[in-house]
Amino acid sequence: MSDAILHELMGAGRVVAAHRPWPRVEVDRAVWQLAAAHLKDGKLTCFGLWAESQEPPHVHLALLAETTHQVVVLTLACPDGRFPSIGAVHPPALRLERAIQDLHGLTAEGLPDSRPWLDHGRWTVRHPMKPTASAAQPLLPYAFLPATGDGLHQIPVGPVHAGIIEPGHFRFTANGETVVRLEPRLGYVHRGLESLMQGAEVGHGAKLAGRASGDSTVAYAIAFCKAAEAAAGIVVPPRALWLRALAAEIERIANHCGDIGAICNDASFTLLFMEFGVVRERVLRAARACFGHRLMMDFVVPGGVAADPSADSLIDLRSLRAYVAKQLKNLTQIYDTTASLQDRTVGTGIVSTELVHQYGAGGVVGRASGRTFDARRLPLQAPYDHLQFAVPVLKAGDVNARVWVRIQEVEQSLNLLDQLLGDLPDGPVCADANFSGMSGQGIGVVEGFRGDVLAWLRLDHGRIARCHLRDPSWFQWPLLEAAIEGNIVADFPLCNKSFNCSYAGHDL
Amino acid sequence: MTYDPGAAMRNIVLRNLFRGPYTEPSPPVADEALKQLAASVNQAAMRRLGRSLSIREVDAGSCNGCELEIHALNNAIYDLERFGLRFVASPRHADVLLVTGPVTKNMREALERTYRATPDPKWVVAVGDCAISGGLFSGSYAVEGGIKGIIPVDLNIPGCPPTPEQLLRGLLALLS
Ligand code: SF4
Repeated sequence: MSDAILHELMGAGRVVAAHRPWPRVEVDRAVWQLAAAHLKDGKLTCFGLWAESQEPPHVHLALLAETTHQVVVLTLACPDGRFPSIGAVHPPALRLERAIQDLHGLTAEGLPDSRPWLDHGRWTVRHPMKPTASAAQPLLPYAFLPATGDGLHQIPVGPVHAGIIEPGHFRFTANGETVVRLEPRLGYVHRGLESLMQGAEVGHGAKLAGRASGDSTVAYAIAFCKAAEAAAGIVVPPRALWLRALAAEIERIANHCGDIGAICNDASFTLLFMEFGVVRERVLRAARACFGHRLMMDFVVPGGVAADPSADSLIDLRSLRAYVAKQLKNLTQIYDTTASLQDRTVGTGIVSTELVHQYGAGGVVGRASGRTFDARRLPLQAPYDHLQFAVPVLKAGDVNARVWVRIQEVEQSLNLLDQLLGDLPDGPVCADANFSGMSGQGIGVVEGFRGDVLAWLRLDHGRIARCHLRDPSWFQWPLLEAAIEGNIVADFPLCNKSFNCSYAGHDL
Repeated sequence: MTYDPGAAMRNIVLRNLFRGPYTEPSPPVADEALKQLAASVNQAAMRRLGRSLSIREVDAGSCNGCELEIHALNNAIYDLERFGLRFVASPRHADVLLVTGPVTKNMREALERTYRATPDPKWVVAVGDCAISGGLFSGSYAVEGGIKGIIPVDLNIPGCPPTPEQLLRGLLALLS
């Protein structure tokens, strides 16, 4: 059914020829608002929403039909600098539109919350993505949403936290121990990454994309490169596709192991934190031996990968695989049989299935609450169409379910390592990626350890005219607010860690 | 066989007892770091160095890559605490500020306030290319382009991100 709706939307607009691999359609305001209504009714999922500041400015809305895995981008021209707000009827788009207003100076008509989001009034310019950015103006102090009632008190936390974590501000309203409202304020890590992309060469763009969120550097670099390669019609050799997937699965294993341990640590169970920390360390060392960098930064380059791993390092990956599998089994048994740990994780921080569907929440957050989406299952995601893997999905939606989805995903990734190493194709590891003079538009989606990363790129005569990166956290942060409601303040670190949203990837 | 929920945990404890810890020997101190410190730290403050030090980490707009490697210092393999270096939750308890990121404009005030909240004598270590010079983000409207000029820096540990070993070699200079 959702497929038919996408076709109807496409039929009502003008299909843009130079956009690959999924279609982009220029539509009018009526069709734009129709799409918003379909999002509201849950027939489509919001997959991204961003703007472009050329003349006239445009807004782009990426839509996903969940059941059939179709993706379409709708484009609306805004010659008067205004567009009908999607967030007005579909809350998951709210913050994306606040960000568009901050960066491009466009107006989302009817947006119920138009407080600045990324702009804290401290940049040297206002609307920095606009070709004619204006001088910065002081902003009003940020007004947090009110919560009123007897005995309520507020707890402000951050942006500098007690632990070694990224900066963000959390405003809790609590009644005694119980949280009645959490409102995060983000944007502290905004580095202007998308503006640095503009005019850059594609190779430099890949490096920048790889630093959107350091923990997902492989996922971001692949998403960016896929978008650039699609835009320029460059075909990546099979060996490079396999090596990219190998790096992506190693990134997933390393991060999931780190997260499982860190969640246990936030429940004061240090033994598993330490043991999983050692597993993670060994994975990173293997990554360095194979790909030249512990986090695998700059390994993925436009056209393929930077270097072919040595035969020895690939053989060592097999023993790493066996080691991680063995440790995972032992450590999982401890997790499963330690009542004091389960006491903290079971039933804590529950997110409902309705919410993850409404928000299109990807990754562990979505799959621990019954949403089956995994971007590796989308069409055109080679080499995953050649590989066997399950997508673990649970329903409980609590911290415990998010731990278990991670455990099961590591198991699946270990199987994928086996398959990838087993039939690694021979041949070159990079295509002749000559982007000079090339123009076109492309979109790339990658399932990172945190969920689906989307990259969109407009290439203009070999240079990046516009690149948008959408982190999975955009659709997960709001659900953390729902997860913590009714829980005690002391369980916030545990809930937060079980989500592990990105600040850097969100703020860019 | 009867079900024994404690077996897996017991196995780990026994294994660690008999095999010894995961911890690896300490790497040598970085010469470059020693030189930098000798140039930046005055004698009075120098005398306080060489003892146990408390570190407060501040992310001033990092991509989180540097944080991942700073985290790794706490794992059983690098085990930073064996050197008397430990991470603390508040700048008021800290001797050393370990700062990452290009200093986003949105984080500048928080960094300055954290610095002011740290009692004297204090040392500032810039971790990663971003913190040293802005790295790939220099030139953006949204960043200051590194810590230098915002707060005084005593030691730079370059890298994108620096590996735990490089971090350790730099930090050990504070103790020697
Ligand atoms: S130095 Fe590199 S790893 Fe560290 S914050 Fe900057 S980009 Fe990230």
